[in-house]
Amino acid sequence: MSSTGTDVRGTGGDATDAFREPPAINRAEAVESLPMERVNPPRSFFRGSFTDLVDILRYRELLGQLVRKELKVKYKDSVLGFFWTLVRPMAQLVIYYLAFTIFLGNQQPAYAVFIFSGLVVWGLFTDILGGCTGSIVGNGGLLKKTYFPREIFPLSVVGAALVNFFLQMIVLIGAIGITAVLTDNRVAVTSDLALVPLALAVCLVWGLAMGLFLAAATVYFRDLQHLIEIVTLLLFWLVPIVYPVVLPIKNFTENGHSLLLEIYLANPMLNVIAAFQRAFYTMGPEYTLDANLWARLGVFLVIGLGALWLAQRYFARAQGDFAQEL
Amino acid sequence: MTTVIRVSDVSKKFAINANKSLKERLINARTTKQNKSEFWALRDIDLEIAAGTSMGLIGHNGSGKSTLLKVIGGILSPTDGYVERRGRLAALLELGAGFHGDLTGRENVYLNASILGLSRADTDKYFDSIVDFSGIEEFLDTQVKFYSSGMYVRLAFSVAVHVDPEILLIDEVLAVGDEAFQRKCLDKIRSFMREGRTIIFVTHALDLVRDLCSRAVLLDHGVMQYDGAPTQAIRMIRDAWNEEAEVEAEQAAARADDTVTGAATYTPMRISDVVITDGAGQPKDTFSPGEPFGVECTVTSDRRVTDWAVGIKIENHMDQNCYASNTHLMNLQLEPIEGSRRVSFSYGSIPLIDGGYHVSLAAHGVNGPHYARAARIKNFKIVDSEWQDGLVRMPAQVQVRPVEAGAARAATAETR
Repeated sequence: MSSTGTDVRGTGGDATDAFREPPAINRAEAVESLPMERVNPPRSFFRGSFTDLVDILRYRELLGQLVRKELKVKYKDSVLGFFWTLVRPMAQLVIYYLAFTIFLGNQQPAYAVFIFSGLVVWGLFTDILGGCTGSIVGNGGLLKKTYFPREIFPLSVVGAALVNFFLQMIVLIGAIGITAVLTDNRVAVTSDLALVPLALAVCLVWGLAMGLFLAAATVYFRDLQHLIEIVTLLLFWLVPIVYPVVLPIKNFTENGHSLLLEIYLANPMLNVIAAFQRAFYTMGPEYTLDANLWARLGVFLVIGLGALWLAQRYFARAQGDFAQEL
Repeated sequence: MTTVIRVSDVSKKFAINANKSLKERLINARTTKQNKSEFWALRDIDLEIAAGTSMGLIGHNGSGKSTLLKVIGGILSPTDGYVERRGRLAALLELGAGFHGDLTGRENVYLNASILGLSRADTDKYFDSIVDFSGIEEFLDTQVKFYSSGMYVRLAFSVAVHVDPEILLIDEVLAVGDEAFQRKCLDKIRSFMREGRTIIFVTHALDLVRDLCSRAVLLDHGVMQYDGAPTQAIRMIRDAWNEEAEVEAEQAAARADDTVTGAATYTPMRISDVVITDGAGQPKDTFSPGEPFGVECTVTSDRRVTDWAVGIKIENHMDQNCYASNTHLMNLQLEPIEGSRRVSFSYGSIPLIDGGYHVSLAAHGVNGPHYARAARIKNFKIVDSEWQDGLVRMPAQVQVRPVEAGAARAATAETR
């Protein structure tokens, strides 16, 4: 332990500590000076979010602890431990690479980098979604015995997912480096790299908004946990990760389904993935989405913030009954 | 005094919804409303708790004690009304108090402390005293899922009392620790009380409430029945228990009678018409210590039994045996029995302390299967203005007089 720790043992940690005569009067005065606070006060629909946010910020220490807990607990007692977080996307990468390049004869250059740049951010989104969905139900033990803002649980999932995301980013950058050496050096740093923080923000805001909603709703409808697994599987094929976005665009336009195309492109995660591909997959810009991603992501961020606010309001309403429903 | 907790008109309604899954809800969409059964776990609870109070919450199982504690702790929100409070609150609700099984004891201390609102630096400062107090240093780096329930409570209690809380909520957890640790906890709780902190207990250990608390609240089906002196609250809850026990004993006796009539080959003895008396044949159920006391019953045997005896036992609310004897032990040879006999025990005085008591009777022939037992068939109460602990009420005469100089010198000389 630190030096302060030993200090405490030396001065007050002995058995007499418990029987030390207390400064009773000081305590009474101190109590009087503390504010009388209402427990779980009702919050107005509009200003409540702000109060909740202040509450959450007060518990940021706990948030850090819980993020660490999420990371530790997930791979506790496994031999490879943290390495597993990288195994899943790697396996996906190998499978899709085999299927599309070897079996289907895909000619896209540096196809592995293409898949991985989409997969990295999609993995972040599904980690958040899946993790949040079970975060309240799975932490019933803590929830039933202690009080703190319940949003901390979904937030800690986001924190843990972010850590995994950054690890995978390191792998992605390494892969790009290897590609640069092996291939004909079409790797470039473009201005599109600046899209990444914005795209990340859109991903986090939408992930958290849906996560908060699902976390609270799962308490009342446990089936959601299983449903969401299927839905993410389906969503995976609605975003251009393993196929280039230009293919569906071409098909929709040729067949005259312009409305379907608009709906297809109105998916925030599609735009997030497109931004990542534009930033990291410079080997084949003709395969990525050619649109004003700055504007599109900006709009999705604003809408996403609105959705996040609504989700938080729903969460705040539902949370009073969490302890009794679990 | 400063109020630290104010509970204003708090009510809590629980809805028990039978349909949990989406499928069930869809199928029963129209009947969902009817499937919802509701009950009030708390009804219009009003409390003002002053700083430095140690309050016991007592009541039957399901009376709403734990719910009230959770509402005060902010874990449940009340349906109506509100709770206000001052200062940091630490709660030990059920086992674990917010530990995560996959984390080690050390990690849980930090997690728990941060839930209670402590920074990492603060926790570092308290860490060694937490570990010292818990006495489980060697298991600190073991995952808590491998802990025994006693170790769990040791660590949880240590954290809760070391984070400098203004209010401490304890829900029936201390019973898990061993005696040495319980004593340590109680010492700590007493020192908390001296320091002017506020403590609220939920417990079924009524003697603990009497020992520690300055105030007790009795809950029954979510309604506050009594708020005041612990001794009175305890008396009320024990009375209620005794009534229940009496009804149960009567039902059990009735059932026993039924089974006996069914078994034609078996002819036991029977005990009936049990009455507690004032020692002179008049029924009575509330006594002052030292008053005459008696028990009468009718023993019936269908066959002739030559060597038989009748036993009597008095137990207190804790099932502690306060008195037991039988006619054999009293060296009485009873006349052979055939048919019914009225048996009466009388005592010149009943030297028991304040509380509720149960009387059990048994009759048996020494040879053969003739046997009758009436366990806790009747109850009586002793009401005493003076509270004594233990089993027996012993009137004392206390004298204080000056020590004579010569005798004192002799005493000191002797010890040398």
